[in-house]
Amino acid sequence: MNTSVSNAARLLAAGLRALLVLTVVTGIVYPLAVTGVAQGLFPGKANGSEIEADGKVVGSSLIGQSYNLPLKEGQETPEPDLKWFQGRPANGLGSNSVNTQYELILSGATNRSADNPELLQWVKDAKAAVVKDNSVPGHPVRPSDVPADAVTSSGSGLDPDISPRYADLQVHRVAEKNGLPADRVQKLVDEHTTPRTLGFIGEPRVNVLELNIALKDLVAPAAGH
Amino acid sequence: MSPVLAGVLQLLALMAALALAYVPLGNYLARVYSSPKHLRIEKWIYRGIGADPDTEMRWPAYLRGVLAFSVAGVLFLYLLQRLQGVLPGSLGFASIDPDQAFNTAASFVANTNWQSYYGEQAMGHVVQTAGLAVQNFVSAAVGIAVAVALVRGFARSRTGELGNFWADLVRGVVRVLVPIAVVGAVILVACGVIQNFSGIHEVGQFMGGSQQWNGGAVASQEVIKELGTNGGGYFNANSAHPFENPTPFTNLFEIFLILLIPVALTRTFGVMTGSVRQGYAILATMATIWLSFVALMMWTEFAHHGPALQAAGGAMEGKEVRFGIGGSSIFAVSTTLTSTGAVDSFHSSYTGLGGGITMLGMMLGEIAPGGVGSGLYGMLVMAVIAVFIAGLMVGRTPEYLGKKIGTREIKFAACYILITPALVLVFTAAAMALPTPGDSMTNSGAHGFSEILYAYTSAANNNGSAFAGLNADTQWFNTTLGLAMLLGRFLPMVFVLALAGSLARQQPVPVTKGTLRTEKPLFSGLLVGAVLIITGLTYFPALALGPLAEGLA
Repeated sequence: MNTSVSNAARLLAAGLRALLVLTVVTGIVYPLAVTGVAQGLFPGKANGSEIEADGKVVGSSLIGQSYNLPLKEGQETPEPDLKWFQGRPANGLGSNSVNTQYELILSGATNRSADNPELLQWVKDAKAAVVKDNSVPGHPVRPSDVPADAVTSSGSGLDPDISPRYADLQVHRVAEKNGLPADRVQKLVDEHTTPRTLGFIGEPRVNVLELNIALKDLVAPAAGH
Repeated sequence: MSPVLAGVLQLLALMAALALAYVPLGNYLARVYSSPKHLRIEKWIYRGIGADPDTEMRWPAYLRGVLAFSVAGVLFLYLLQRLQGVLPGSLGFASIDPDQAFNTAASFVANTNWQSYYGEQAMGHVVQTAGLAVQNFVSAAVGIAVAVALVRGFARSRTGELGNFWADLVRGVVRVLVPIAVVGAVILVACGVIQNFSGIHEVGQFMGGSQQWNGGAVASQEVIKELGTNGGGYFNANSAHPFENPTPFTNLFEIFLILLIPVALTRTFGVMTGSVRQGYAILATMATIWLSFVALMMWTEFAHHGPALQAAGGAMEGKEVRFGIGGSSIFAVSTTLTSTGAVDSFHSSYTGLGGGITMLGMMLGEIAPGGVGSGLYGMLVMAVIAVFIAGLMVGRTPEYLGKKIGTREIKFAACYILITPALVLVFTAAAMALPTPGDSMTNSGAHGFSEILYAYTSAANNNGSAFAGLNADTQWFNTTLGLAMLLGRFLPMVFVLALAGSLARQQPVPVTKGTLRTEKPLFSGLLVGAVLIITGLTYFPALALGPLAEGLA
């Protein structure tokens, strides 16, 4: 009996020693070495691909943002600022409730199923809003023009991209709100459309933050006149 | 180019990359686990452990090593989380509650990486890198070690000795996982995955105000999360988060990492047993299942049935624009046919049938190609069952790779395949029968049932993905899922090692005209059939209540 207990203890001690040694290798040396290489070779990317406008950091080119008007009194959900290109809905985005000393963005999906009534309503509402917001005189938007990414939430809630179809659909509205010619804004969208990698990997996409920064540059001198 | 064609081309590129790596990596792995030499760093590690790497172990000793190491892992990881509040370098995050800490410790040691916490608001640098990421390495190495022990059981005769667990564990980490992880992590950083030890990062926003995000050693953890078929995300959104998976290329690369070792191990199996064609037969079986699942998944996702997806005009709910439906479908199938459970899109919002495919992938036992190590030993156990069935048909004592499959062997194999379904179905039934667990569902009806069935399927098969609408951070789910993960990982290992020991003692029987040729396509076909029939018969009633009911509604 005693020998079996002491055998088990000896074995467990060996297991613990193995774990500690391997923790040093894979939990300390390895991440520090990778961090050293990463910070040496790709400091910008290793620190979050920050992007600047007018000399100020305005976010990460990888993290989607919202482009809303400030909340008015009595309002619960903000309205989109239609001057700017809009990203995808983010109904699954959570808010940090555990470490309240921080205001961390909490990534997440809605996890609503395809037959969930709430999701169906969200999609219908989003589609109606996209049609209404983007229909300008002479350029009506039909419900069938609206691509799926415009009315669904992404997996992370932080999708930085929209499909070129959704960007194109917003061109006339953005041009009108900013007093720019539509073909100039369309050209901007085309310049910011990233094709599939090597022609077949992933999907074509438009980075909304980068597009809006370029739009801002275009608007600023025009506003000065 | 249409999205469907792009998806198919991505699939072909992925298969080409895996084919290129197959022979060199498979042969290398065989050398790693056969070489009598020790590297200098390995000798230091053995001295630290206090183990002699040249002592041959019989199966009980090998199993004791596995269990002792894993018990130590659970205890250490549990304590680390419980102490997080007082550890430096934890960003001021609080300690994790006991039930959640147990669940997470069990989950990462069992190579499951089920997460009932939100990564970015719960775990600081120390727990992530020195706790969770370490288990990503070592739990993967344990899986490969057990698979190699089973292969030695087939390869050796009249001995009963299966190798040395400590040597297999250390070599797996030092010679296989760490070198590939270093290269892979640098590639990921080059594409935009973050890698730093800064604290909470506050930056301005386009419309004014600011946003905060976590810094962290994400790339170094992301790569081993995929390579070791672990799946636990640094962030809540896992591989859908742009900091974990920023581009279409990283998406394909991460799928490649998931499949790399499980696929190559079939070559290792062939080399170590002296017939690479036996390895090809196993690979062909895995590839057939994987490819048909991907095809089915793409079909159902591009067809986007279901009211909300029809209204949206495409199955983009829970999917990222940069990956699209093609890239997301390949990822979803690969992560659930291995024991990974990382997600680049959220399975709960897939079409009803798409969600069913992810669940069925796990129910097959994750053997196509399966987790690192666990995929190979799972498929070899199925092969034992398949030769047994073939033997019954022709009235001959079944044999596989020259080893007789007698009463003893078939008992071990049968126990192996019964454990996981028993855990899944009993726990699911209990959760449905009790009054409170159902409160955790986000969706109602068939999909609500699927959330719970998915959770136990994922836990007992050590996958870790979820129909994440389920609020699993309750005492009931933390405890029962934790138990399901531990039992689903280590009980099958007992029978695998017992089977290995029994095979290694046998004298090989000579090949005759009547021997079933297990390297031929006919056998691969038989094996696919055995896998599908056994799983189908076990789970069909449960699937009919959940995803089938939703998909056919």
